[in-house]
Amino acid sequence: MGKTIAEKIISEHAGCDVKAGEIVVADVDICLAQDGTGPLAVRQIEKLGIDKLANPERSVFFLDHSAPASRKELANDHAFLREFAKKTGARLSDVGMGICHVVINEQYVNPGEILIGADSHTCSGGALCAFATGLGSTDVAVGMALGKTWFRVPETYKIYITGEFPVGVFAKDLILHLIGLIGADGATYKALEFCGPTIENMSMDSRFTISNMAVECGAKAGLIASDEITKAYLEKMGRALKWRPICADPDAEYERVIEIDVSRIEPTVSFPHTVDNTRKIGEAVGTVIDQAFFGTCTNSRLEDWEVVARIIKGKKIAPGIRFIAVPGSKLIEKQVIDLGYYRILAEFGAMFLPPGCGPCVGVHGGIPADGERSLTTMNRNFKGRMGNPNSEIYLASPATLAATVIEGVIADPRKYAKELTSTSFPSIVNTEVLKQAAVTAVDSLERVAFETAKKLGPKFKETSAVVEKKAKKVIKKYEPHAKKAAGELEKTLRILARDASKAIKDVLSGKKSEDAPVEIKKTTKKPAVKKKAIKKKATVKKAVKKKAVKKTAKKKVSPTASKKRRS
Amino acid sequence: MALTGKAFKFGDDISTDHIAPGRYFHLRSNLPELAKHVLEDADESFASSISDGDFVVAGRNFGLGSSREHAPAIIKLAGAGAVIAKSFARIFFRNAINVGLPVLICDTDQINAGDELDIDLEAGTIKNKTNGQELSFSPLPETMVDILDDGGLVAHIRKHGGIKIE
Repeated sequence: MGKTIAEKIISEHAGCDVKAGEIVVADVDICLAQDGTGPLAVRQIEKLGIDKLANPERSVFFLDHSAPASRKELANDHAFLREFAKKTGARLSDVGMGICHVVINEQYVNPGEILIGADSHTCSGGALCAFATGLGSTDVAVGMALGKTWFRVPETYKIYITGEFPVGVFAKDLILHLIGLIGADGATYKALEFCGPTIENMSMDSRFTISNMAVECGAKAGLIASDEITKAYLEKMGRALKWRPICADPDAEYERVIEIDVSRIEPTVSFPHTVDNTRKIGEAVGTVIDQAFFGTCTNSRLEDWEVVARIIKGKKIAPGIRFIAVPGSKLIEKQVIDLGYYRILAEFGAMFLPPGCGPCVGVHGGIPADGERSLTTMNRNFKGRMGNPNSEIYLASPATLAATVIEGVIADPRKYAKELTSTSFPSIVNTEVLKQAAVTAVDSLERVAFETAKKLGPKFKETSAVVEKKAKKVIKKYEPHAKKAAGELEKTLRILARDASKAIKDVLSGKKSEDAPVEIKKTTKKPAVKKKAIKKKATVKKAVKKKAVKKTAKKKVSPTASKKRRS
Repeated sequence: MALTGKAFKFGDDISTDHIAPGRYFHLRSNLPELAKHVLEDADESFASSISDGDFVVAGRNFGLGSSREHAPAIIKLAGAGAVIAKSFARIFFRNAINVGLPVLICDTDQINAGDELDIDLEAGTIKNKTNGQELSFSPLPETMVDILDDGGLVAHIRKHGGIKIE
């Protein structure tokens, strides 16, 4: 019988084949704790009488829940954790560096690993196909000290997602919808496996949003197969070599299968005071909101910022509403500054806090007053969560939040379809596509150079080792050219994208307004860019091939390269 | 092991924010002080009215939310002998065992606020002395019974030099 992802990963770490229901001791790869749970974990490690951690480089303490410290007691907790990290070699992510669940995935987590964290949203790591689960301080203390813990291997619910998201509907709406469907204890002790064509095509940022909230229906883990999108993310984060494909076996056994077609989902809002108290946006529209908080481990990533920035750009905040924005990590903070999103939010009327949990934990940075209502991109709306039990919390997507800060009342983000699909916005998604094209171009160039050098080998009666050496030299020689070509290609693609967008606008203006259906923009633009891009790539390839073959053509090959070949 | 005490009744979905509110985050390194606010957002008078050995009795999904182990720790510190609920959230359940607080699963509709209960942990029975009913609860996995018997996970590891099931 085949295995689920959870069974595969736990089997590897237990050193034997395991099935759902068994209790096993398994090695853990990464342990995390934060400033709320870390001090207790450290005291438990001390009680165990252990002064050497099993794997200090991958035992990480995050100062994010009250960062910078809001009270002397918490400042002292921070100092205590800094001291412990220094003493043991454990890693410390200090105040202002970001939320544990954002940073751990940016910097540490790889597919197939086990991550245990003294924070319930540790399950976010499931998006990278790691068995990532939240535990208490003592369990994490034991994990840090011994490098292992015990698990009951969970049964798995397969969550099969199909369809295309309608404009204005996002991963957050999907996960809120699922939790509303099965309830806050609908998957207690189970692993969720999110799969299907919609998940296969989903960005990493959206995947993180989904895995992050697995715990809100009681699940132990929220797993997503490791695929090409996972690979591209790890490459971007400098961990290309850590990638490997992982998916469930086709004959794996699932306790339950739930199918959701996202094309039928509407923007969704969780009403106070439980996450599973979900309603369609229509029931929420018009509710007066006093404070909007955009951030947290659920929705503080680049893609979320782009959505908010797109919708509010050039508009002004509604009078009477406070708008707090918090990037998830230092890296995201830098990116949103570079892309101009920070400025768009500032000009709109948002206020910023440093990367961290912000007001989500009810410690500081935006505690609501008695009787106030908050709308946030958080993952929990329990009574008192934001620090005042006499206030109400509504949960929604970044798009719904953006629509709400414009109007001052909960609003439907689908009204802003034009902003969400505009091609002239400095979109990270577009930039990523261009970069990917450039990387592919460099790869092809290298391959061409290598193949050509190999072909030349017999002519010189050289051994294959020498040929390979030569090929490497050729590659080294041509790398700057290839990179330059890739840069040129990226530039060209940008110009093409701009031209295409202009052309579309011209076409549409002929139809009087820009209110034309969104699909026209999408379908007209994509093929235009793709076709020309391929053409361009082919031209570059040819050029390099020529260069490599015509070894004597001094004009095209640099003198040093020719000299080496003749020797 | 036999426990005797009075029931304090709560509803469904009592979260760790009800049990150990975030606004007392700064007291996490001062558990006796934090325990004075235990379950404050579910029942303001609970901390001042509980006596040693009394029970927290609740509905479904007790302890959902955050992984803060401080939640079961302060329920124990406040004097509770056990938590009895229809079901528990996963992390809370495991944390309770790790801090040595018994967590029992049974149909709590038969227990009212103020009922006097006798619990026999080995036999798996709860005797309601107020209405005369006897309830049984599901046994814990063996690993958890071992940890609970040893007085929590730290004591368990110190005693066995590791996790016993190895």
